Amino acid sequence: MIRFSEEQAMLLDTAREFCQKRAPIDVVRQAIQAGQPLDATLWQTMVDLGWLGVTIPETYGGLGLDLADTVPIFEAMGRQLLATPMLASTLATQVLITNGSDEQKAQWLPKIATGQIATLALTEANGSWESDQITTQLNQSAAGAMTLTGSKAFVLDAGVADVILVSALQDDALRWCLVDASDLPDGAIQREVVIDETRRSYSLAFSDLPIRADQVLPGTSFKKIELAAMLLITAEMSGGLEGVLAVIVDYLNTRKQFDRLIGSYQAMKHPTVDILMGAEMTRSYLYHAATVWRDETDDVAVESAVRMAKCCASEQFSEAGDRGIQFHGGFGFTYECDAQLFLRRALWGQYQFGDERHQRQKLAGLLF
Amino acid sequence: MNENEISEFRSDVRAWLQDNKPAAPSFLLPETFMEVGTDQQFEFLRRWQQTVYEAGYLGMSWPEAYGGGGQPQVMQDIVNQEMAAQRVPFVPNTIGLNWAGPLILEMGTEADKQRYIKNILSAEDIWCQGFSEPDHGSDLGNAQVRAVKDGDEYVINGSKIWTSLGSYAKYMILIARTSNEGPNKYAGLSFFLAPMTADGITPTPIKKLTGEYGFCQTYFTDARIPADCMLGNEGEGWSVAMKTLMFERGAVGGQAGGLSMMDLNINDIVELARRATRNGRPAIEDPLTRDELVKLVLEAKGHVVMGSRARIPALGGTYPTAVAMSGKLRGTELKRKMTRFALSLQGANGARFISEAALDGGKWQRSYLNAFSGTIGGGTSQIQKNILGERVLGLPKS
Ligand SMILES: Cc1cc2nc3c(=O)[nH]c(=O)nc-3n(C[C@H](O)[C@H](O)[C@H](O)COP(=O)(O)OP(=O)(O)OC[C@H]3O[C@@H](n4cnc5c(N)ncnc54)[C@H](O)[C@@H]3O)c2cc1C
Ligand SMILES: Cc1cc2nc3c(=O)[nH]c(=O)nc-3n(C[C@H](O)[C@H](O)[C@H](O)COP(=O)(O)OP(=O)(O)OC[C@H]3O[C@@H](n4cnc5c(N)ncnc54)[C@H](O)[C@@H]3O)c2cc1C
Repeated sequence: MIRFSEEQAMLLDTAREFCQKRAPIDVVRQAIQAGQPLDATLWQTMVDLGWLGVTIPETYGGLGLDLADTVPIFEAMGRQLLATPMLASTLATQVLITNGSDEQKAQWLPKIATGQIATLALTEANGSWESDQITTQLNQSAAGAMTLTGSKAFVLDAGVADVILVSALQDDALRWCLVDASDLPDGAIQREVVIDETRRSYSLAFSDLPIRADQVLPGTSFKKIELAAMLLITAEMSGGLEGVLAVIVDYLNTRKQFDRLIGSYQAMKHPTVDILMGAEMTRSYLYHAATVWRDETDDVAVESAVRMAKCCASEQFSEAGDRGIQFHGGFGFTYECDAQLFLRRALWGQYQFGDERHQRQKLAGLLF
Repeated sequence: MNENEISEFRSDVRAWLQDNKPAAPSFLLPETFMEVGTDQQFEFLRRWQQTVYEAGYLGMSWPEAYGGGGQPQVMQDIVNQEMAAQRVPFVPNTIGLNWAGPLILEMGTEADKQRYIKNILSAEDIWCQGFSEPDHGSDLGNAQVRAVKDGDEYVINGSKIWTSLGSYAKYMILIARTSNEGPNKYAGLSFFLAPMTADGITPTPIKKLTGEYGFCQTYFTDARIPADCMLGNEGEGWSVAMKTLMFERGAVGGQAGGLSMMDLNINDIVELARRATRNGRPAIEDPLTRDELVKLVLEAKGHVVMGSRARIPALGGTYPTAVAMSGKLRGTELKRKMTRFALSLQGANGARFISEAALDGGKWQRSYLNAFSGTIGGGTSQIQKNILGERVLGLPKS
């Protein structure tokens, strides 16, 4: 069953129009060339649209809607390869909403709703992110003073973030720590080179960083945050899939060889139909997962729906990107061809929070 | 209908089906209307259709004047769902109920409707389809069976092939060539509601790959049919045939409903994976098999969520017709994959065939071989991909 709310339908329309206008492909390319600086005007417009506060409760200056209601926005951004700190900020927001104290929420949520940037440091330097594999330590001295030690990777937008939510182990329990970016020593935040050049990705190194008690979140919900990340990345991938399909169809309808449009060859046409089917299925799984996320209270149902969607998106988008290169012939091998932007975006999404094999492994346990 | 009425109706239907579901016969039943191969199977299924119709559960949305129920479509949809869920046999007159019937209701004369519709519903008259020919299958537009006008009759010569239910049918929807003139191959085609009882029409059963029977080659030797059997005008046969295929592939509504094949649910495959053994252990415990099973579950579930999204126009996207137009391709390919996978769950016993020693009497092997009826009949999967590429994505013709 899929339900689609009025709010979602409205956001979908607005977001599509906005992203199309603000992020045509040449703008995306210019940003890559410039090293992906934060576009402050664009960011402010998104803040003004209320997008950063969609899930923030009204008492803290947001709209008080469900995370599922942001899915259309992320899908629209993915369609145009627009990468803003909204993904990081929205996920960090979920950590605060589900795990933060009233004081922590009151301190940060209104700021995030008005454009301060928050991010999430979940993945360890070795690439693991699951709750039983966190190695970053929150240590406590005999006198009670706490410090944070460890290294994190794939932290989105850390270079422009005001606050970072870090997962860490305290004895054997998992905790969330709020780290003010300005408290980090020089060199603690390093830009990473990742395959998707539209991303601002960073590594973080903490070495005995002092942590006050009020920086530790009382809640320890973890799974739901991991699933939220999968849901939003799936939304971006669903949009990206639509984007790469458009690039392929366009080329198949313009490029001629042997005096015929190459789209007339079934060796091109039939796999392109497969990509269409993959895109339709991904989108269906996405909105199914969004529905279940909002309406369902059963944890297994939510986890299964999200993992199925992430699994489908990972497989289908990376395949579509791969074929997108091949179908452009020699041009597909160039930096100038847009297919590479989508393939590299697909690979980033595929490997963040579990590719299709990882998801299937988890699903086997959930389903059978 | 409001939610309460719907759920009340659903439980009535369910109760009726549970009370009236026929006991399993001593012989293996076919799983689709294309597999009806013996008189015994046919009579059993025809009786079942009569029972369902008399209870008011078939043609519920068709006009009362012609024997239908005059009710909202949603009621028939519920009946169809419950018939699948309760695992009752299918109703065999699919070509009449779901293709010829809606076609006649849409473009037939008043006399046609009075004459044909009620008997389609009651299974009194079985219908078959004469489209494919030995030399022209996918290229249906090239059909060469001749229909020559002679007074108030047409004289038919040639042969049709792969005629499902041909030996039992009283009527055939027939596409034949009335002219070789015209700007293209389509222009000379006409569409008939032909009586199979006419002299000179001989359906001859063909043995299928399973060794069973199920379809015919239908020979026409100077067969005379009344001229008023024509549906639409002379030379308009192609567009009528295309309309029929839209009903057949489920791309548009208006069908009488009822199951036309046994539902194969992915849960059946999961259940089989628990029962069947590979290397002496339940197949589901083998890690590689498990992963393949998850893939299949995802594909099956994906098919369901696609249907669910298609009902929300706001989520239509760039290609709003993609989901409806691809239903036939997705559904039939999925069934082929599921039944093929079912064999692989059985280890060495996957190599058995219809016999007592085979798991479930060899039902899975038979199902797999029969699954190609879906991926070939009604336009092959390759042809479906051409259609999707050209009509949905707008790619140039091959
Ligand atoms: C790394 C690299 C190095 C190269 N080095 C050289 C070199 O040194 N010298 C040189 O001369 N060339 C070189 N080439 C060019 C190479 O040979 C061509 O790119 C290749 O032949 C394809 O031609 P195209 O790029 O024009 O693609 P197109 O022919 O336009 O093909 C586009 C797409 O259409 C498909 N297609 C085209 N026609 C058909 C058909 N009839 N049926 C089905 N599908 C079809 C293709 O498979 C492809 O997917 C190089 C290419 C690459 C990628
Ligand atoms: C079980 C069953 C029941 C049937 N029942 C009926 C019935 O009741 N009435 C009726 O009229 N017909 C019936 N058919 C016939 C069915 O519609 C045809 O078999 C089908 O349309 C394919 O035609 P063909 O058999 O001539 O194969 P062909 O058209 O010769 O195809 C052979 C192969 O070539 C491929 N091919 C052909 N053209 C193209 C193309 N342009 N591009 C790519 N690939 C192509 C096909 O996909 C196929 O794989 C039935 C078929 C089956 C299997």
